[in-house]
Amino acid sequence: MSNVLHTDNITMQFGGLKAVSDLSLEINQGGIIGLIGPNGAGKTTVFNMITGVYTPTSGKVIFNDQDITGLKPDRITALGIARTFQNIRLFQTMTVMENVMISKHVRLKANLAEAVLGLPRYSRARLKQYDECMELLHKVQLDDVVNEQATSLPYGKQRRLEIVRALATQPSLLLLDEPAAGMNPNESQELMQFIARIRDEFNITVLMIEHHMEVVMGICERIYVLDYGVTLAEGTPAEIQNNEKVIAAYLGAVKKDA
Amino acid sequence: MDERKNIKTTLTLVSLVLLAGILYWGQNNLSTFQIRILNLAAIFVILGVSMNLVIGFTGMFSLGHSGFMCIGAYTAAILTMSPESKELIYFMEPIVPFLAHVEWPIFAAVIMAALISALFGFLIGFPALRLRDDYLAIATLGFAEIIRIIVTNTITITNGSLGLKNIPSIKSMWVYWGCAILIIIILKRIINSSWGYAFKAVRDNEIAAEAMGINVFHAKLLSFTIGSAIAGIAGALMGFLITSIDPTMFRFLFTYQILLIVVLGGMGSLTGSVIAGVFITIIMEWLRVVEQDMNVFGLLTIPGLPGMRMVIFSIGLLMIILFYRQGIMGTREFNWDWLLDKLKIRRGSKRGVSL
Repeated sequence: MSNVLHTDNITMQFGGLKAVSDLSLEINQGGIIGLIGPNGAGKTTVFNMITGVYTPTSGKVIFNDQDITGLKPDRITALGIARTFQNIRLFQTMTVMENVMISKHVRLKANLAEAVLGLPRYSRARLKQYDECMELLHKVQLDDVVNEQATSLPYGKQRRLEIVRALATQPSLLLLDEPAAGMNPNESQELMQFIARIRDEFNITVLMIEHHMEVVMGICERIYVLDYGVTLAEGTPAEIQNNEKVIAAYLGAVKKDA
Repeated sequence: MDERKNIKTTLTLVSLVLLAGILYWGQNNLSTFQIRILNLAAIFVILGVSMNLVIGFTGMFSLGHSGFMCIGAYTAAILTMSPESKELIYFMEPIVPFLAHVEWPIFAAVIMAALISALFGFLIGFPALRLRDDYLAIATLGFAEIIRIIVTNTITITNGSLGLKNIPSIKSMWVYWGCAILIIIILKRIINSSWGYAFKAVRDNEIAAEAMGINVFHAKLLSFTIGSAIAGIAGALMGFLITSIDPTMFRFLFTYQILLIVVLGGMGSLTGSVIAGVFITIIMEWLRVVEQDMNVFGLLTIPGLPGMRMVIFSIGLLMIILFYRQGIMGTREFNWDWLLDKLKIRRGSKRGVSL
């Protein structure tokens, strides 16, 4: 198995606060990797460093053998990393279809003049993108709401739409920031199956931040635990569940002799 | 769907022919004054839609419009004035030799005005668009004033504060409304294209837009440059309409007048800007009544106050902002679908996106 992404001792410092220090992740092709940790552990900061929202204070982010440290977010997306957000960030004035089509803009092979003049190269390319988006929406059962305002969808569908929108950029690595936040056990179970399915169907690698332990333990092949910006542990779900440091971080330390 | 598309194409063509008919009728039957007002309305429509592209569709609160208009107006005027009148007008200091003998056709001059304004838009946008919201507004306002002051002081090119006179006059409604319609069509196509959606994505959520692969800075710069180019065209037309320009015309108060059109019409609606542009221009003229002495039922006489209509205007703007914030159209656009739905004509499959 080849290495899709690895981070080489990345550190993010905000003034006197080290949000993440010396984090080294190794993410293999085709896996579903979990990133867990208590609130404020720096998980989202890690996502922001990988996707170019922040430039790491030190260290390197290597994606498919290419150094992407400090590239702009849109460049990184074009290279094949897509993400969703902890608090849903859909384009609120647009329909479901328009939201998904935005992700195709970066892949459009035509220029503005062609679009204004309505030349065939543009309309063909755009129609093809439309068909691709329709197919994508069909696969995730959102094809019945393509004309709806994105923000008028129920919460669960908005989450799914955000994932689809990310998928539409044709990523090889998908970063999900708390996809199951605010969902009940049933919904999060469904979401997990959904994530596993898109991983297989689109042949992508998934890195996700999640708080629902049943979700994380059920689906992730490998888990990284962060606490105060430091890697506390890494391993398979079983290893993590039995790791004393992790238990201490989540539940508080238990004195051995007590 | 095809059936409906054909109906819509037919309707569009019919309404364009109808519009041409109205213009033809207007040109032959309206008074010079009325034609002039309508031409001014066309210019305000152009200004409104171009500012709406920047503020309403791309979400950049830019107040530099009068500056770009100024550049367009001066470019077109200098390029089209006859060498004789240049010699006559530049009496403080003669015009620089390389501009003294140019006399371009009007069409070429308007294109050049658009290009030069676009260039300035690009150069100003490059540093300024890193700012957001109020800061962007302040910066662009500042740049517009800088442009005006530069124009006032480069006497050998612009004749300074004396301004330019004897600019070739155009009275035909065809020119002004032709330009307006062409610009509206082009803008509509831009807004419905992939780039237009990119602009709207940047407006709705910059972080998400960036994460979906849109180069936010490029999108903003593109929108800003297009907006500046169109403002330049409007400036050029303004010169041809009133045949004399001077730097004080392009003070920032002028930008507010355009902003009023954009807000009244609805931010993010071209239709709204068109309606508001025509409406405000006509009301503006009509309101001159209140600046004259008024006689109330023969009982008392209210003396006329110059500037009174601006008071009424400001009150109007306040009312809009307080009670009717989304403007006439909000973000809606006029389209045939709406009309056809009313008429209960069968609708084909809808796409949820315009391609």
